[in-house]
Amino acid sequence: MAEPITGAEIVLKALADQGVDVVFGYPGGAVLPIYDAFFQQNQIRHVLVRHEQGATHMAEGYARSTGKVGVVLVTSGPGATNAVTGLTDALMDSIPLVCLCGQVPTHLIGNDAFQEADTTGITRPCTKHNYLVKDIKDLSRVIHEAFYVARSGRPGPVVIDLPKDVQMAKHVYTNGKDVEHRTYHPRVEGDRDKIRAAVRLLASAKRPVFYSGGGVINSGPRAAELLREFVRLTGYPITSTLMGLGAYPASDPLFLGMLGMHGLYEANLAMAHCDVMFAVGARFDDRVTGKTDKFSVGSKKIHLDIDPSSINKNIRVDIPIVGDVARVLEAMIQVWKEEKLQTDKKALADWWDKIEEWKRVDCLKFEQKGEIIKPQYALKRLSELTQGRETFITTEVGQHQMWAAQYLKFEKPNHWMTSGGLGTMGYGLPAAIGVQLAHPKALVVDVAGEASTLMNIQELGTAAQYRLPIKVFILNNQYMGMVRQWQELLHGGRYSESYSDALPDFVKLAESFHAVGLRATKVSELDEAIRKMIETPKTVVLDVAVDPKENCFPMIPSGAAHYDMILGPGQKATPVSDFGLTMV
Amino acid sequence: MAASETHAIAVIVDNEAGVLARVVGLFSGRGYNIESLTVASVDADHARSRITIVTTGTPMVIEQIKAQLARLVPVHKVADLTVEGPYLERELALVKVNGTGERRIESLRTADIFRARTVDSTMESFVFEISGSTSKIDAFVDLMRHLGMVEVCRTGVVAISRGKTGM
Repeated sequence: MAEPITGAEIVLKALADQGVDVVFGYPGGAVLPIYDAFFQQNQIRHVLVRHEQGATHMAEGYARSTGKVGVVLVTSGPGATNAVTGLTDALMDSIPLVCLCGQVPTHLIGNDAFQEADTTGITRPCTKHNYLVKDIKDLSRVIHEAFYVARSGRPGPVVIDLPKDVQMAKHVYTNGKDVEHRTYHPRVEGDRDKIRAAVRLLASAKRPVFYSGGGVINSGPRAAELLREFVRLTGYPITSTLMGLGAYPASDPLFLGMLGMHGLYEANLAMAHCDVMFAVGARFDDRVTGKTDKFSVGSKKIHLDIDPSSINKNIRVDIPIVGDVARVLEAMIQVWKEEKLQTDKKALADWWDKIEEWKRVDCLKFEQKGEIIKPQYALKRLSELTQGRETFITTEVGQHQMWAAQYLKFEKPNHWMTSGGLGTMGYGLPAAIGVQLAHPKALVVDVAGEASTLMNIQELGTAAQYRLPIKVFILNNQYMGMVRQWQELLHGGRYSESYSDALPDFVKLAESFHAVGLRATKVSELDEAIRKMIETPKTVVLDVAVDPKENCFPMIPSGAAHYDMILGPGQKATPVSDFGLTMV
Repeated sequence: MAASETHAIAVIVDNEAGVLARVVGLFSGRGYNIESLTVASVDADHARSRITIVTTGTPMVIEQIKAQLARLVPVHKVADLTVEGPYLERELALVKVNGTGERRIESLRTADIFRARTVDSTMESFVFEISGSTSKIDAFVDLMRHLGMVEVCRTGVVAISRGKTGM
């Protein structure tokens, strides 16, 4: 019989048994016993953040770039409430996290004690599941269960609320890593009949399109390999959501680029005019569909998703398949080969001709004239100057994020970290820290806007403390660019509160955080600045002054149909409907 | 827009702290309707509870509700009684009626017609207990409103499928 140990020691033992190597956290009164246990061990690394929101995004960056569960440790009350944005972000983007929160001792719960918050109540709608551990006897089981829930099925964040007296109570630790869960058993194998029907429908298609999403990445590297294999087997075009970028190589001729509100013309038109659509680990998000009753009305739709609640939520589909992307794609490829299916070569050639015609519109073209740096040009140079390096990109949220999705090329899964569902400004800098910790040798760039990055700028302190050579690449247009763009296009150019007055000097700001600050204000300075940023083996903030008036195109105006895109500044858009004005 | 339907949904959950809040929060958070909701533990060791929810929505929304319920971690099973075959639904109400003279007699007579039981009585009041379908109770309560009803409480619907198969 093993010796009883404290709850805090149980926490660390369970984390170690789960293979956790790093925890992102911030101490406080209600988690001191766990910090004490940290102090007395060497197995798990603790990364001290500057704000709990930063910890959650770091854990997200870590999780997204490794496929492992990210772990966060915060104190009670404000520690837990500060983590809420990151938890919601992880829920929306299906990122596996376990967040341990300190709590006031059980006898004080409900007393409005100092730094008490109803953490399980507050986090219930923004986690996949949460626990309040009131009895030390449950602790080992709950921690292992939390990891299982976080990573299984559609991944997501799980909170464990740990009262201080439970952390100090003693009990025997049991490794419940392989214990079967009582209720939660997500389906991973797809229905054979539906798979067969889906494959036959795909083979019979005349204007097919693959539409892949973040689920491919969550399913693991094998899913991305199988997706490549299946797409190449068919020769069909493929587009991707923001979250799915990298699952299919951007340089492949079958890849049409991103779809959706700021997606490529050819991708959106292929979706609008296809006759068979295969959604793979994507959820028909409103950024993708535009106006739902005009969304690809003529097509038969196959939808593969591990979450049954994603199916028929926004768009009615013809063949739903619930299962894990990798398992189902494997079965689909097998059926395709078994039945020796052939595509309709003639129809497919015509379809590709049509797509080539749309491609010739060259919807991402921009003009770089004079010395004022166009943001698109800055990204194009970043992409070219980082060629051949193991590069991970994170972003903040806004115009720069969409430009990064459009102009950077992602060849591999897990190399693109962005806040897609929640759209959290301030995500990219801490996410980059999480990525860099997991990949110390890689180049990690946070493509940022000056407004977003200020939302978690304090994490430069974390980067400095752990000597993480992340690069903060700021496209500085002095505006909340996407807000300004919408005000220009939808609100008569009344730029209400979207100008960032009194911005800091980012070079001095970087220096004050022990980082290297660089600046590029004209085209002739850009390449040298990017090179220096890449080559400096320290945290670098590169402030790139870009054209403040530039807008992000193509764009499907809010409330418009998929095929109704604004291609550029020269084009007068159809006036936005009242319905459109209510959309975000 | 497809027409709204009413469905009775039974959910078997782990009887743990916060599980009802999860279910109710799901409905409020996603804007679904709850017409009625009942919950109680249903096995010998109080490990599981059964929640019966009557809800309305378009077929697509009803499908979503079931899928969203099923993916809650402590949920064992979700059954849509309305589509899964014939089922029984019952509700119980306690109805307090004040009155004297003819009105008092009339309320007692009406209670008898509805097979309601008199469970409390004073010289000026009755408490009737009635069970049955929601529509039967609605009808009874409507009549009692005219006969001096001062208070009513209803359990909400419990429902079970007909036949020998258990959930």
